[in-house]
Amino acid sequence: MLAWTIYISFFGALLQLLLPKGNNTLARAFALLTAFAGLCIAVTSFTQHRSGELITVANYAWIPALGIRFHLAADGISLSLILLTGIVALTGILFSWNIDRRTNEFFAFYLLLIGCVYGVFLSYDLFLLFVFYEIVIIPKYFLITGWGSTRKDYGAMKLALYSFIGSAMVLVGLIAAYVVAGSKSMALNDLAGYAFSPHFQMWEFPLVFVGFAILAGLWPFHTWAPTGHVAAPTAVSMLLAGVVMKLGAYGCLRVAMTLFPHGLDPWGFSLIGLSSWRDVFALLAVIGIVWGALVAMVQQDFKFVIGYSSVSHMGFILLGLMTLNRIGISGAIIQMFSHGILAGLLFATVGRMVYDRTHTRELVKLGPMNLNKAIPFAAITFVVAGMAGMGLPGFSGFVAELMILVGAWRAFPIFAVFVGVGIVIGVVYVWRAMQKAFFAEPGDVISHEPLPPITIPERLGAIILICTSVAIGLYPQMLLKIITPALNSPLFDGVRKGGW
Amino acid sequence: MTSYSHLLRLLLPELIVTITAIFALTTDLVFLRSAALRTRLATAVSLATIGCIVAIFAITRATENVNLFDGMLIANPLVHLVQIALLVLTIFVLLLAVDSEFTENVGEFVLLILLATVGMMFLVASQDLLTTFISLELLSLPLYILTGFDKRNARSSEAALKYFLFGGMSAAFLLFGFSLLYGFANSTNFVEIAAAIHGPSLNPLLILAIVTTVIGLGFKVAAVPFHFWAPDVYEAAPIPVAAFVASGSKVASFFVFFQIFSIAFAGSEGSGAWMHFVHGWVPVVAIVAALSMLLGNTVAIVQTSLRRLLAYSAIAHAGYMLLGIVAHTPVGLAALLYYVITYSFGTIGAFGVIGIVEKATGSDQLANFNGLNKRSPILAACLFVFLLSLAGIPPLAGFFGKFYLFVAAITANSGLLWLVAFAIAMSAVSLFYYLRVLKRVYTESGDPADGTPLPSSRLSVSVVVALATLVVLFGCAPNLLLQPLLSAVHALGM
Repeated sequence: MLAWTIYISFFGALLQLLLPKGNNTLARAFALLTAFAGLCIAVTSFTQHRSGELITVANYAWIPALGIRFHLAADGISLSLILLTGIVALTGILFSWNIDRRTNEFFAFYLLLIGCVYGVFLSYDLFLLFVFYEIVIIPKYFLITGWGSTRKDYGAMKLALYSFIGSAMVLVGLIAAYVVAGSKSMALNDLAGYAFSPHFQMWEFPLVFVGFAILAGLWPFHTWAPTGHVAAPTAVSMLLAGVVMKLGAYGCLRVAMTLFPHGLDPWGFSLIGLSSWRDVFALLAVIGIVWGALVAMVQQDFKFVIGYSSVSHMGFILLGLMTLNRIGISGAIIQMFSHGILAGLLFATVGRMVYDRTHTRELVKLGPMNLNKAIPFAAITFVVAGMAGMGLPGFSGFVAELMILVGAWRAFPIFAVFVGVGIVIGVVYVWRAMQKAFFAEPGDVISHEPLPPITIPERLGAIILICTSVAIGLYPQMLLKIITPALNSPLFDGVRKGGW
Repeated sequence: MTSYSHLLRLLLPELIVTITAIFALTTDLVFLRSAALRTRLATAVSLATIGCIVAIFAITRATENVNLFDGMLIANPLVHLVQIALLVLTIFVLLLAVDSEFTENVGEFVLLILLATVGMMFLVASQDLLTTFISLELLSLPLYILTGFDKRNARSSEAALKYFLFGGMSAAFLLFGFSLLYGFANSTNFVEIAAAIHGPSLNPLLILAIVTTVIGLGFKVAAVPFHFWAPDVYEAAPIPVAAFVASGSKVASFFVFFQIFSIAFAGSEGSGAWMHFVHGWVPVVAIVAALSMLLGNTVAIVQTSLRRLLAYSAIAHAGYMLLGIVAHTPVGLAALLYYVITYSFGTIGAFGVIGIVEKATGSDQLANFNGLNKRSPILAACLFVFLLSLAGIPPLAGFFGKFYLFVAAITANSGLLWLVAFAIAMSAVSLFYYLRVLKRVYTESGDPADGTPLPSSRLSVSVVVALATLVVLFGCAPNLLLQPLLSAVHALGM
């Protein structure tokens, strides 16, 4: 049944193009219905498959001559991320209720993007995974150039090229692995089970890992993310930060680490204190955490604050993956989920609730508008999202960051200190943005006209996202229970190295 | 001994096309001199299309494997498959011509297209220097004339002259290379040549033969540095002719390129592996491929005319396709044919869209494509499919073509990873210029800004839609084309 998340989204995208043009309400309602159907399937499967073990969803011959199959399967990790996709997709539509230009096309691209994201999370055949992964680039590009703002052409092209270069690296790696393994199958377990030579893995791993990590905002290849997020329309920023960046992190774990675990082994020599790719990427992740937080602290544009905070939070995920212990990797997956929800919420607040009303994102201009009185709901949402993001207990961010920190403490004690610093700076930039945007001294500038009130779809979307974050924060076992068996599956034998 | 009746039966498809050509010419000259241009075109094209379809049926009925006169005429499942593909491409090109207004000489136009098709059909069915050269000329001469067929357009004549001069020169090189090969082998048959030139070290004269042959064939496929004619021909030739040069001619030329090098030059391959170059033809072709990808993709970025952009992208694609020849394995051949056939569908389609836009707006400048989506959503969607397929975005045919070609190259020799990595990196560059065109189509507002529907004939639009459907179909279900190709290639027993 899970396969229908993909089919429904594609079918919905196609129907959007056939709906009568100009009837915006119909297009929105239809998109909402499609996304809701997807979410329902995701929730049902999430509640049904509580064992977290791998289930086959669909498996048909596709290109027999090359051993490529249309093979969909899901385990606890994919299920968590599919649930995330369903939630973000639905709320994204709620927050794009005010799109009134070329609505059909907007939602067609939007649903195409969603369908491909589901596809990546469900693919078990790596050719299929790559196909979905690469299609994602096209709707992203057109959604930003078509409906974006600030330097949209630049931001969209930069994002498309960074993604494409990343996927080009992945393609080189996948083709090489496929040929070396005998050109018989592209299925994940076949390739993961093949004993690639350690030398081969040593150069394949960084190639594929970086290829995916570019999309996950790995420092120093993160620069597409803030510009792209700022240029994109609200719903697309939500999707980009919420789920598309997770595609990269998912690929790092699912493909790079699973296929080439020996790429993480020590090189046998040490270079400025680093002695394996694992150290290198952990260091880059930590730099990303601190750097993203520092840059977010000095931004004048509200949306750039959120954009750089994403880079910082994605650094946690990559660090969690590099800890190579169960708590760290589980933390990384929960952080994927948590950041998907919270980034969505933050972008929705800044892009939709604030910017679409005030038409400015500069913190100095927002301050005098007295926003906490004008749109109190936005202020409250931002405070909650900010608190959750900086890791306040009770929210999902706390669980995730704590687990990653514990994992990192075991693996890289020195880095853990810097991560602590990053968390502190995280408090500072959220506080600063909150203070400047919502709680500044009311200025002399008198607001010309009252801002339109927060609409019902916006309230609904914000409430769904906050509730999800709180639910995970209070009961992380909900995700952990299916993630742990997935991590214990034979697929991750190489990463486990015999035991956690 | 072969009797004439047997020969005639073998040549039935070629004969059908030739007779159709002459019939279309006489019908046009005798009965339709005073009819309206559109009627004349429609009649001639219908006749030609029927002829091609009958020829396709004749090919499907031929089942025997034949090798006549020491490889002068070959018939096997693979040759038949390629011939069918060539005829299908010709039909699409002819259908695009129905709405054109560039010439009064309808009969001659159709005759030349069909004669060039016959040249291509002979070209793919020969493994002999003499027949290869003659068929290559039978293909080239009509193309030179067709390029200059728009007599009212000075640029068309200029392009034709340029094409002819470069073409004549490259034919001379090719003939020189062939004469050296004949000198070695005392035979014009590919297999006997291979036996004669086989040796532990490369004779300097053989190196000369390799280089001149690469020049001659490199010209036909528009590979760097023999590509100078391509941008002018693509830009100035009448639309159907440009589409023909970019599609059918490419298919036939690549096929014969592969055959000459993998059969006649067998044993002098050398190696193109990274840091382990060995003298032979493989490193030469590998370098030509890398140069084509580099130059084609970088120069395409600065083009302001969509036709020229397609020309440079064609140069880049020639570079990708040469990977199949570098691989010189059965899988490489299947990958090459898959790529070049699906590429041809995409290119003819793109030219079809350009033709319609050009007719309505006057030129093929990129600015004229602004807001195409508002003026004609169907054409915009088709252009979207064609260009993204060229860029290699799944699930379109261009993606699987590239993937399979790269797999074939690395399977043949893992040392070729450098070339494959370079090709993949270059396709990232290509995405940049294809997306810029599509951005104009979808997000810029055009002139007129209100988006009045683009005047277009139903026939051209349906041809374009059919081609887009094929590109999507072969991308989603590559097996449709791959399975016949593979079984035909394996039947050769290479």
